[in-house]
Amino acid sequence: MAEQTENKPDTVTITLDGKRVTAKPGEMLIAAAERAGVYIPRFCYHPRMRPVGMCRMCLVEVKGPRGFGLAPACFIPTSEGQEVVTTSPTVKKAQDGVLEFLLVNHPLDCPVCDKGGECPLQDQTVAFGPGETRFVEEKRHWAKPIALSDLVYLDRERCIQCDRCTRFADEVAGDPLIEFVGRGDSIEVNTFPDQPFSSYFSGNTVQLCPVGALLARPYRFKARPWDLEQVESTCTMCSVGCRIAVQSSSNELTRYLGVDSEPVNHGWLCDQGRFSYQYVNSDERISSPLVRKGDELVECSWGEALAATAKALESAKAVHGPGAVAVLGGARLANEDAYAWAKLAKGVLGTDNVDAQLGDGLPAELVLGLPRATIDEACAASAIVLLAPDIKEELPVLYLRLREAAVDKGVPLVELTPQSTGLSRYAKASLSYRPGEAALLAKALVDGATGDVAGSKAAAVNGARALLGDNPVVVLGRPSVAESAASITAAAAALAGLPGVRFLPALRRANVMGALDMGLAPGILPGRVSLDAGRDWFSSVWTTLPTGAGLDAAGILSAAAEGRIQALVLLGADPAADFPDRQLARQALAGAGFVVAVDAFLTESSRQADVVLPAAAFAERHGTTTNIEGRITSLGQKIVPNGVSWPDWMIAVELAARLGTELGFETVEQVWDEVERVAPSHAGITCALLADRRFRDGVTAPLGAAPPAITGTGSAPAPRPALLAFSGEAPAVSLPPLDAYSLRLVSRRTLYGNGTLVQHAPGLAALAKSPCARANPSDLDRLGMGKGGQVRVRSNRANFLIDAEPDPGVPRGSLSLAFNSVDLEGSDAGALIDADAVVTDVRVETP
Amino acid sequence: MPLTDAAPIVTRRIGNARSWTLSSYLDHGGYQGLRKALTMAPADITAEVLTSNLLGRGGAGFEAGKKWSMLAKPRPAYVVINGDESEPATFKDHMLLENDPHQIIEGTVICALAVGAAQAFIFVRGEFALGIERMTAALNEAYAHGAVGRNIFGSDFSIDLVIHPGAGAYICGEETALIESLEGKRGFPRIKPPFFPAAIGLYGAPTIVNNVETVSNLPWIVENGGAAFAALGIGRSTGTRIFSLSGHVNRPGNYEVEMSKVSFRDLIEDPRLGGGIRNGNKLKAFIPGGASAPWFGPDQVDLALDQDAVGKAGSMLGSGSIVVMDETTCMVRAAWRITRFFHRESCGQCTPCREGSGWLDKIMRRIEEGAGRESDLDLLFDVCDNIAPGLSWPPRQTTICVLGPSIPSSITSGVRMFRDEFLTHVKEGACPYG
Repeated sequence: MAEQTENKPDTVTITLDGKRVTAKPGEMLIAAAERAGVYIPRFCYHPRMRPVGMCRMCLVEVKGPRGFGLAPACFIPTSEGQEVVTTSPTVKKAQDGVLEFLLVNHPLDCPVCDKGGECPLQDQTVAFGPGETRFVEEKRHWAKPIALSDLVYLDRERCIQCDRCTRFADEVAGDPLIEFVGRGDSIEVNTFPDQPFSSYFSGNTVQLCPVGALLARPYRFKARPWDLEQVESTCTMCSVGCRIAVQSSSNELTRYLGVDSEPVNHGWLCDQGRFSYQYVNSDERISSPLVRKGDELVECSWGEALAATAKALESAKAVHGPGAVAVLGGARLANEDAYAWAKLAKGVLGTDNVDAQLGDGLPAELVLGLPRATIDEACAASAIVLLAPDIKEELPVLYLRLREAAVDKGVPLVELTPQSTGLSRYAKASLSYRPGEAALLAKALVDGATGDVAGSKAAAVNGARALLGDNPVVVLGRPSVAESAASITAAAAALAGLPGVRFLPALRRANVMGALDMGLAPGILPGRVSLDAGRDWFSSVWTTLPTGAGLDAAGILSAAAEGRIQALVLLGADPAADFPDRQLARQALAGAGFVVAVDAFLTESSRQADVVLPAAAFAERHGTTTNIEGRITSLGQKIVPNGVSWPDWMIAVELAARLGTELGFETVEQVWDEVERVAPSHAGITCALLADRRFRDGVTAPLGAAPPAITGTGSAPAPRPALLAFSGEAPAVSLPPLDAYSLRLVSRRTLYGNGTLVQHAPGLAALAKSPCARANPSDLDRLGMGKGGQVRVRSNRANFLIDAEPDPGVPRGSLSLAFNSVDLEGSDAGALIDADAVVTDVRVETP
Repeated sequence: MPLTDAAPIVTRRIGNARSWTLSSYLDHGGYQGLRKALTMAPADITAEVLTSNLLGRGGAGFEAGKKWSMLAKPRPAYVVINGDESEPATFKDHMLLENDPHQIIEGTVICALAVGAAQAFIFVRGEFALGIERMTAALNEAYAHGAVGRNIFGSDFSIDLVIHPGAGAYICGEETALIESLEGKRGFPRIKPPFFPAAIGLYGAPTIVNNVETVSNLPWIVENGGAAFAALGIGRSTGTRIFSLSGHVNRPGNYEVEMSKVSFRDLIEDPRLGGGIRNGNKLKAFIPGGASAPWFGPDQVDLALDQDAVGKAGSMLGSGSIVVMDETTCMVRAAWRITRFFHRESCGQCTPCREGSGWLDKIMRRIEEGAGRESDLDLLFDVCDNIAPGLSWPPRQTTICVLGPSIPSSITSGVRMFRDEFLTHVKEGACPYG
């Protein structure tokens, strides 16, 4: 962002401290010097934000028409023949002077400051500052600290007014909620009156702060930097795949820091990701296997729990056939876990009733079969088409990237949505559609509209169509869980007809793409091949294979509810909370013969299990994960697993052994070696390649035509089966007729909700919101409730009282209810949604 | 040097009955410059202003015509008139805003016409309540009269003019901070490059920022020709100029005199001007060009009011305000008062000014209150040096804008000229002036 060099391929030569150095034209001196090995001290400069030249620490001498003069290296673009001196007595005096000025009002309370030990101001003072101060006056005083938000504290006495936090909030996050207040040496950063710094990205300001002014409430006074050890990893709170440094002290996670991954997160994290380490430390983690004794789950040994599980799986298969066994979940697992469980389910038990998604995703053959784009490709596309949930709520750092593309690079955003989203304000065209009619709108966007379609004006649709250009990228997910996957699949099939189009999946669960790659979905096998296409290939490496395509999550739950599933495995899945149709999920858990939950917490679903197996959580094991782009990155282990928890792959290995089959791995690396060997899409992506620092940002599968220099050792012999390709077939969607008295339901997730992990992170749990129904003001006016108030919402399934608010972002004829609010007490979208219906119609009544 | 008989230009209507009204303005030749300008090609107007060598009256003294010629090509372009006069002891624009608002409007429209601006803004210091009231009333009259708005005086030229009251920060007199404030942002000066708003100014568009007094000269220059203006004064310092005289003189006030032909002594002592120092006291020192300017002693009182002569002597004419201090003045307190002003008005954007101004204020206060140390004098110089390296004139700076290097002027002048007085404060542990 800071560099404006993209269209200038030439280089310039500058003279830096007497040496000739090559630089990019227009690049700031501070960056050019750093690449040449000359580090110019700085506080306000940050390569991911626009320079402001405020701290003056980077003053160097630059030759101008009137000889050498002091100038800020962060603000002077390089130019041919420029002469720069960074080491002269003049420069040294100026920089020392600035450092002294910065300390004039700085409290020097380093011994009690979180930043002490990793503080640029402290480091530079120790390195270059004088031993004694010349400042004998009274320093400026402020009350300390003050809360900017629930997560961020500000100690104004320590602030050096570098503008990093305020710039970040404004430029990067688009939440200009903190600003400078006052002037001179009583200038302070603060919020606007009665408006907290409630940004989803507020934690970045703590990491950006070059002193200890901004403090993360969950980390404050928890550790000293020199006591922390760290390992690099990938955040798994959503599927964007932000790189992080996981830090711990005394086998307890203390902090995550964003790592600057050029293709993914640019160093930024959302607050959900940043503070999610708290759930790993939760006292409510399951620390031992549990087995049902009557109405209670009681602790038992691994041996007892595994034996009971193996027995249940074996007898279900033996008595009712492989189809009586089903596996739900797995999108939160690492790739190796997902592969081990896929091999156990499909290659040992022979069932294809396996689904990593919980009815809130999209079919595997669609997601895996569409031409894929990376985030960078999306941000450089001719247009970004959004047919997705609210990216700001579900994939927050992708929101930052897309926002930057729209705001700074001018890439047009075209949004197809049943309700306005966090990106709507940046969209060149925000086309709304009635729930269930996504495909109609998508077709019109591709072919042109002759009349109004799905609630959007023809002119708006055609205007949006004109923006698309020749290589648009569609960000594809489920805009609402109250609208069936078939409806969105049909829309995607239409959008696949756009010339040059590629797709970036917007499915939110951390490793949903890895789980699908590893075969945790009906009808597919590891490596993005269909069951039929991969049958020959896999029959040589697996002992058995399912006979035909199995059931998806909705099918599994329906079968379980009808008593046709004798053994149901929940892999970190909580269908009672996450499956859109709550009634079906509850009936399924009651109707399944035997339920095994592999989880880190007891959830509504796992509380009903017959056996609960404790799984190692994030940072308690290593492996790999796959993000929405198909980018595979490493997960690092930093602490030992809680209690006797095991990594999920190890549980699969042990269960297989008790079923009489060796899965064939004893280490995570052995699992991955097999993946590389047998999964066609992953050929060449070896452990060695992933461990190579040159590929620290990960590699996207499949490897391109020119594979990286390091190649695998044990590639399987050709011919490999062909990778999945989307057939282009649109499923038939039959909408119920519109009923003038009903509103069509829209249901999406918000960032902080009732999710198990968020609820076990105390810093985040408090941010979750209570349920609220949103409707267009005109629809509420019809009820005589233009200002909102309590209403009764009624569907075929349920009815309940709930607070309603007018929201012009909800089109007329729709009602929006968040899917994951807290304090639901039955008043939630999940109680209304019918998994079999394309849309859910509700009546809204005065109570 | 005798006082010249050059007639005043920008103050010539002040003193007329209700000089701020349109009828009075029209009775005294108002809007004739604009009417003439509308018959001229824009380039010819600029040529006349170049010929006049009108120097900017805001403080920097840059040639107005040259500034206009530097306006970048992209359109729209804007004209912004700087009426945020906040320099202590400067009160000339204050008088013009209150007493001859139509002259400012006329000059602004001529400027906009010459540079081809799309819109013009007059940024008036918020504290000038009467000035804002009269400017606003005058603007309404000017619109009704056809001097502003669509098809001015029946011509093809149209321009809207907006009066924007400032929000109370000295720094907004700095042209880039003024532009930021006008855009609705914090009044932080913009970091250079770009060096001039003429390249990138208001809303990112090329912008001419001229001082109120500068544009007030334009109607006269257009009407009488640039050569007539250039005939006044000597060398680069042409025309007449208002000097705000304050301090220990018998007749403080604004005096418009011919440039370069009048000396500081004339200004202070002439009975028609300053009328001499109060109580017959002796001159101790004077500030030749506003609070930012280094001080002069009695030995320099015979310098002419000439931009280049004063510059060569180590100070500046700046905003044209002259502060006279007689022998009863405590120079420590005088320097401290100015330091305190800059401390309070530092915008806080860049470190040396934000922290240095406060530190210097605290040291100066300590010395004045009798708690100073001898080493403080070296410390003062070194802190000043870290804001304005070398303490040379014209100053260099470690800061973003020139507020920073303005801070040391009074301190270094005071210590250099009156070191003994500073030391007396230190030794006696009290201010000898009580």
